[in-house]
Amino acid sequence: MNFDFSEEQKLLQKTAKDYLAEQSSLAHVREIFEGDAGYSEKLWKGVAELGWLGVAIPEEYGGAGYGYLELAMIAEEIGQALAPIPFGSTVYLAAEAISREGSDAQKTKFLTGIASGDLIGTFATTEKAGTLTEKSIQSTFADGKLSGTKVPVADGDIANFAIVLAKEGDGLSLVVVDLEGKGVKRTRLDSLDATRPHARIEFDGAPAERLGAEGAGWSITQDVQTRAAVLMAFEQLGGADRAFQITFDFVMNRYAFGRPIGSFQAIKHRMADLYADRELARSNCFWAAWALENDDEELAVAAASAKISAGDAFEKMVIDMIQMHGGVGYTWEYDCHLFYRRAKVLAHTLGTTDEWREKLITQLIEKAA
Amino acid sequence: MDFNDSPEEAAYRAKVRKWLDANASLKDPNAPKTNMLDEAEGDLVTKAKAWQARKTEEGWACLRWPKEFGGQDATTMESVIFGQEEARYDLPPSIYGIGHGMLGPTIMAHGTAEQKERFLPAMAKGDEIWCQLFSEPDAGSDLAGLKTSAVRDGDDWILNGQKIWTTGAQYSKWGMLVARSDTNAAKHAGLTYFIVDMEAPGIEIRPIKQMNGASGFNEVFFTDVRTPDSNRLGAEGDGWRVAITTLMNERSSIGGSMGGGAGIKDLIKQAGEVELNGRPAIEDGGVRRKIANFAVRRSGLKYTGQRGLSALSQGQTPGPEASIGKLVAAIMGLEMGAFGMELQGAAGVLSGDDSLGDSTWQNHYMSMPGLRLAGGTDEILRNIISERVLGMPGEPRVDKGKPFKDIPTGVTR
Repeated sequence: MNFDFSEEQKLLQKTAKDYLAEQSSLAHVREIFEGDAGYSEKLWKGVAELGWLGVAIPEEYGGAGYGYLELAMIAEEIGQALAPIPFGSTVYLAAEAISREGSDAQKTKFLTGIASGDLIGTFATTEKAGTLTEKSIQSTFADGKLSGTKVPVADGDIANFAIVLAKEGDGLSLVVVDLEGKGVKRTRLDSLDATRPHARIEFDGAPAERLGAEGAGWSITQDVQTRAAVLMAFEQLGGADRAFQITFDFVMNRYAFGRPIGSFQAIKHRMADLYADRELARSNCFWAAWALENDDEELAVAAASAKISAGDAFEKMVIDMIQMHGGVGYTWEYDCHLFYRRAKVLAHTLGTTDEWREKLITQLIEKAA
Repeated sequence: MDFNDSPEEAAYRAKVRKWLDANASLKDPNAPKTNMLDEAEGDLVTKAKAWQARKTEEGWACLRWPKEFGGQDATTMESVIFGQEEARYDLPPSIYGIGHGMLGPTIMAHGTAEQKERFLPAMAKGDEIWCQLFSEPDAGSDLAGLKTSAVRDGDDWILNGQKIWTTGAQYSKWGMLVARSDTNAAKHAGLTYFIVDMEAPGIEIRPIKQMNGASGFNEVFFTDVRTPDSNRLGAEGDGWRVAITTLMNERSSIGGSMGGGAGIKDLIKQAGEVELNGRPAIEDGGVRRKIANFAVRRSGLKYTGQRGLSALSQGQTPGPEASIGKLVAAIMGLEMGAFGMELQGAAGVLSGDDSLGDSTWQNHYMSMPGLRLAGGTDEILRNIISERVLGMPGEPRVDKGKPFKDIPTGVTR
């Protein structure tokens, strides 16, 4: 057996790590965080040139035609670097939805555009506070026109197009909308992490075309979110890992009472527990990546397990990161809060961790019956 | 990335299954689960010896050991495959784990040619069962603080003191013991390692009644027990280094077993059978989130184990992540036990046959505190992870370099 990534995949990960260390330093992340751009255009162009945006896109649409395992390796590094780019919205969600459900024309237009770095995409579902449900969708699609309001939409004001969940007749459908066309009003909203900006998008008869079958919107959304959860879990894993390393370096070099604070069991044992959490998360992520790559029947359970364990590991890590840094950890100047913010934003992306717990237990009960 | 056996592994697994099918029957999935901390007595020892003899006859005993000592020169992966398959069959609990997994390898590493020849083949065959005499009432996590004394007398050593938490002392022929041979030397430097005949005069074995009522361990008292110098393992004063070999093998054998015990399915079933706030407990959000969290930790452990096996299968040493298994599993076992009882409400306190539901939860609740201590406490495991895996500084030692007799000790019972 070989329940591990291959040497080639690990090499790709190393290349990604080196590139991001150079091009997406925490200083650069902070520049985007404190500015108004919402993302790093320079980094977006760079990763497009390296082919990351099209890693899992078929070659006929300008991608590299690799699989999800390669994409998972890159996702982990995006998470490590807190990379300020709309990678998840575009690659895990928009590209995935179009790959699975798009017509040839849609694939040619959007997948090619994504792979080349010309198009940023997003996936707009939520319309109000609380858990996303079918009933909560009030936007409507009829006669090729979309009306309604989506809020919050991750990367909504920097994306070129959106895939939108809307009512069509009695059911829900997905539609693709050009966000730069007429009938679209976008407003940047103040949110936790300016490197993953959120917007309100108001559609007023915006021209749109259906993606996938009429009435299949809800089931496609579930399917795409499950697949995206695997990759988002790798981002969370990467974030947890980087926060761990930064904290480790800090506690080994910070002295109190004549010793490095990393020599006290109060710190050592906490680090041991955080290490254990992260390794359990890594194992769940491996399982989910395997299930995604092989389209295994365990995918729904594995994806939820990965999203929950990596999400919890990242959140627990950043809370302890600030605590172990002491006072400086609470300052604007130190980077702890960048990780703290990102961990929370990712935990709310694709549904909260508690919502994934509910999805997981529902699946497990079905299996146990 | 895959979970598949390599062609060689698949062929070996098929061979193992064929032999097991011909020699044993598959487990009944509904049979009660046995607990590693509970006793193995009389009948089970006879059955275990018979099974080991059968394995020896047909070339399946001590697979990883060299052929010259009664093993099969098999790879670690082959031994893992045999263990996985053997676990599916209805067989007596192994009483050889400590000997074959820990003590045999210690003799191989530190024994003389005569000791290897005398002890290893009989240990492999299972004729002679072995036990480990390390912990003492005052020396557990701080094992090197042990006080059992060894005093040289001609060609013999005379042993006095008390050992504790000895699994299988009552049916063992031999024990491996670390004793203090020099109280003037520093703590770790004054120890010597011995092989002891458990039938020698002056040895008294008393079962320890655990808080759950079972007796999986003993305390062993030594009063002027003689052991010949030819049964010393390693040099005088070198006992700590020899003991480390034993302990390293303990960790690698414990790392193999992850997960196990009562399952998520059982918890879902339990939650479906009881009510909470006027509806089935399994419909309650809090209950659902809690079970989901157990499931995530359980699958994390399972696939951490798979990562370790993969490393073995690829001819590598499993990574440090293997060290988290027992730490996570024991805490989770305790929490799952408590939660299963919680679901039963007032009836959760009822035990065994008088339970109004699954009594497994209470059994877990009562046995898991022991698993959190056995083979390295949670706290020692966290030290090991932080120091050896992460590379954080060791604890400051106030006893370092002092003669053992000058190190303060307390009175704990």
